[in-house]
Amino acid sequence: MRNSKLMRLLATTGVLASTGMLASGCKSMIVFDPKGPIGLQQRDLINITMLLCLIILVPVLIITAWIVWRFRDKKNNDAPYQPIWSHSTKLEIIWWSIPIAVILVLAIVTARYTYATDPAKPLVSDKKAITIQVTSLDWKWLFQYPEQGVATVNYLVIPERTPVRFELTSDGPMNSFWVPQLGGMIYTMSGMATTLYLQADEPGNYMGTGANFTGREFAKMGFTAKAVPQKDFEQWVAEAKASGNELSEEGYQTLAKPGTSDRMTFASIPSGLFERIVHHYSMSRGAPPGYTQKAQTLSGEKAIEHSEGGQLPPGNNAQKDSPDVGSFGSGHSYHKLDHMHMNHGK
Amino acid sequence: MIDQLTDFVSWFFVTGDPLIYGADVAIALTMAAIVFVLTYFRKWGWLWREWLTTVDHKRVGIMYIIAALLMLFRGGVDALMMRTQLAFPDMKFLSPEHYNEVFTTHGVIMILFMAMPLMFGLFNIAVPLQLGARDVAFPFLNSLSFWLFFFGAMLFNTSFVIGGSANAGWLSYPPLSELTGSPGVGEDFYIWGVQISGIGSLMTGINFIVTIVKMRAPGMTWSRVPIFTWSVLSSCIAIIVAFPVLTVTLALLFLDRFLGAHFFTMDGGGNAMMYVNLIWMWGHPEVYIVVLPAFGIFSEVVAAFSRKRLFGYGSMVFAMMSISLMAYFTWLHHFFTMGSGANVNLFFAISTMIIAIPTGVKIFNWLFTMFRGRISFKTPMLWTIAFIPCFVVGGMTGVMLSVAPADFQFHNSYFLIAHFHQVLIGGVAFGYFAGLYYWWPKMFGFKLNETIGKWAFWIWNIGFYVCFMPQYIVGLDGMTRRINSYGWDTGWWALNFTSTIGGFLMGIGFLFQVWQIAHSIKFMEKDTTGDPWGARTLEWSIPSPAPLYNFATTPLVTDRDDWWEEKERIAAGKMPKAKPELEPIHMPKNSPIPFIQSVCWFTVGFGLVFHWLWMAIPGFIGIALTMLAHSFNYDTDYYIPVDEIKRTEARAGRVV
Repeated sequence: MRNSKLMRLLATTGVLASTGMLASGCKSMIVFDPKGPIGLQQRDLINITMLLCLIILVPVLIITAWIVWRFRDKKNNDAPYQPIWSHSTKLEIIWWSIPIAVILVLAIVTARYTYATDPAKPLVSDKKAITIQVTSLDWKWLFQYPEQGVATVNYLVIPERTPVRFELTSDGPMNSFWVPQLGGMIYTMSGMATTLYLQADEPGNYMGTGANFTGREFAKMGFTAKAVPQKDFEQWVAEAKASGNELSEEGYQTLAKPGTSDRMTFASIPSGLFERIVHHYSMSRGAPPGYTQKAQTLSGEKAIEHSEGGQLPPGNNAQKDSPDVGSFGSGHSYHKLDHMHMNHGK
Repeated sequence: MIDQLTDFVSWFFVTGDPLIYGADVAIALTMAAIVFVLTYFRKWGWLWREWLTTVDHKRVGIMYIIAALLMLFRGGVDALMMRTQLAFPDMKFLSPEHYNEVFTTHGVIMILFMAMPLMFGLFNIAVPLQLGARDVAFPFLNSLSFWLFFFGAMLFNTSFVIGGSANAGWLSYPPLSELTGSPGVGEDFYIWGVQISGIGSLMTGINFIVTIVKMRAPGMTWSRVPIFTWSVLSSCIAIIVAFPVLTVTLALLFLDRFLGAHFFTMDGGGNAMMYVNLIWMWGHPEVYIVVLPAFGIFSEVVAAFSRKRLFGYGSMVFAMMSISLMAYFTWLHHFFTMGSGANVNLFFAISTMIIAIPTGVKIFNWLFTMFRGRISFKTPMLWTIAFIPCFVVGGMTGVMLSVAPADFQFHNSYFLIAHFHQVLIGGVAFGYFAGLYYWWPKMFGFKLNETIGKWAFWIWNIGFYVCFMPQYIVGLDGMTRRINSYGWDTGWWALNFTSTIGGFLMGIGFLFQVWQIAHSIKFMEKDTTGDPWGARTLEWSIPSPAPLYNFATTPLVTDRDDWWEEKERIAAGKMPKAKPELEPIHMPKNSPIPFIQSVCWFTVGFGLVFHWLWMAIPGFIGIALTMLAHSFNYDTDYYIPVDEIKRTEARAGRVV
């Protein structure tokens, strides 16, 4: 019986440890602490679905425990034993209809919320929405404010209680833009622009992150979404404009190269940059400098561009590069490639 | 000259990582040990004649299972490396590149090179025996399937010491998996490793469908087919529809990488989202492919160890068949967040939820099989009982994930990781363990040690909950999957640390299982009855281990649980069923061609990975030649004479 004692000890420790963790973890779950209308509705929906599921889950767990205990193979167990009994239309109708009923309710709830929180649906507000254009790069976030004419890297400043219309794309691998306390995520994909409406109801710093794996420095793609009062937002825009740090076309080319980045603020942005990223820059970007092994299979231009770099070995060192190696060169202009892009996404 | 050679070696082999050097040494030593043992004991001929060229479904099954358990170890070590890296914030255990390779490998191995072969192993062991058949419909093809899987897996596994592993995730989304994102050879290893073994999987699917349709014993109508065999049929139907999609998808990706096509690159008019759609059209049915047979195993085990008929047989069959059909209407729920619009998301949300209905019904049927039965807690039954709460909770979080607007908050977070590990470990792994323990005596003629098995069971289970429950929470706290480190300011470390402890507990549970097998081999509890569990279906009516020809005489089936009914008749003092006279048994001959052809496939794959046509082309020629050789081979079968059958049966203590 030494064995069973030890097992019990193990089980108890396990249960205690996990309850401890559950208790300490629950306080801080940010999905359950939303700060905007979309996040709020999503939290409510999560609560409803959990409740609906628990209606089935809890009885099933109790019944399981009871059946396993009641009908265990033990001498003098007086529970009925019916080895042939294996069909009951009445019972089967009951347990086909219970999940059907639950799923029916859930489907109706889902339908309501799917339309209500559609990421592309404008938020109802007496304030005009501001637009922020989001580009996921290798491995940093570029946020452009077309109306204000400023841009940031790896941080976001938004006015509180104002709907924000995010337009998202990617210049590199697809990623996913996620600020859990404001609302759920949406993918950024090269060659197309997705839309996501979010709003912060109170000032604060909210964690933002890239959620879809993009390679080596993916873990460094966190950013802060800072919600501030309208007045402070305007002041921030003014300061950004006064910073004098302009984002040029060449500057963007350098920024778009693989590598991580600190926070940056730009006083101006080249006009139409976001649209060009969607339409032109979506092609074959992100190749580490110096890599040529199979470059000719991509496009002739790519091959010429990298031909002097020599061959990199495959394997662990294949992506060794840094954001500041050389400059991308102005020869890589998008208009040359126009004829190749007949067939982009929208 | 020397310089060139050194350059080549340092390019060809993965260098610079002490963990990899350790693996190199371990691999070299293991290979040397195997060669030494085989040579010293003069076992090369035995290995070739009895195993490498065998077409016997039982031996093929055993080889599948051995390979799968090795891969479980490999994938498990990967998991523990990841958990070690994530145990503390800012850990420096694995570099980001290495971490990415490790999680990619973990995913690919666990699904394709662990779950699939373990499943095929159990198919091979149990299905022909349950049907009262002598072998599968196409024994040669069966052997070829196994060797294709094996060499595909080997090709994929080589990549971590030669050339470098894939690191774009287990489904290799472009553009990350294209040349721009993954310029090394890792993705090519992925493509060819999965491709070659995938062809094997497709052939297995066809083989077992034909076996089940055509090779049932006389009297076995569809309503008398054992439930595990039904589950295999539903799974195989899903295989033959899903795997061609995988083959084509990977072929297109290969064309992108090898010939510069643009199926999935934006330049040239391709679209990466096309790949994501295609890969999930295979990927989502794939999870049902692996879980359906587990449902079948649970159904067999729950009936046998409750000493009661399976409750709601018709419902069960209907539920499994409808799951294998509905699996094709759910793929888009893997990217609700793509921005495809409310109508599309709603359609796939509801079609995903609907799968919860038949699954829920099955849970009730299992519970009512135990209800008014007599439950004995042998290890297969323990895993089955543990499966129920685990899968119900996992199913519940699955339903939560299927609610599209809520999924925007769960997607790509650790909540998702926790969910699919809960259904895949709680459903698939627990199910296959139950099946492995259950059929072990039929494979090897002895039972596994119950005491050590119970230890393994408890440690695994506790480890499981300690590992994955915190991940639900940390996911809702914003931690995304596949990150290789996080900061102290996130507040995630306590949960991650707990999760790591749980991961290592599961590792210890695995070691207990290894110990259990080793211990049981040494101190065998011989099974002389052929029916150690008091089970219900035909495979238990023959000796353990099953003789080469399975059934001395073809059984005549008159009932659903035919063997159970026979035992009842005998117990009631009635005459057992009359057996026909012994006749010579027609059997397939062993063949070296599957092994040789698969080596050729490996050569092709390896050559194409490195763009070495001088290697790939001879490989293709080899494949063509072996195919021709087999086509013109008319000497493929033989008869076992009656005398030999009598001797074999007498040795197993049977009177014929």
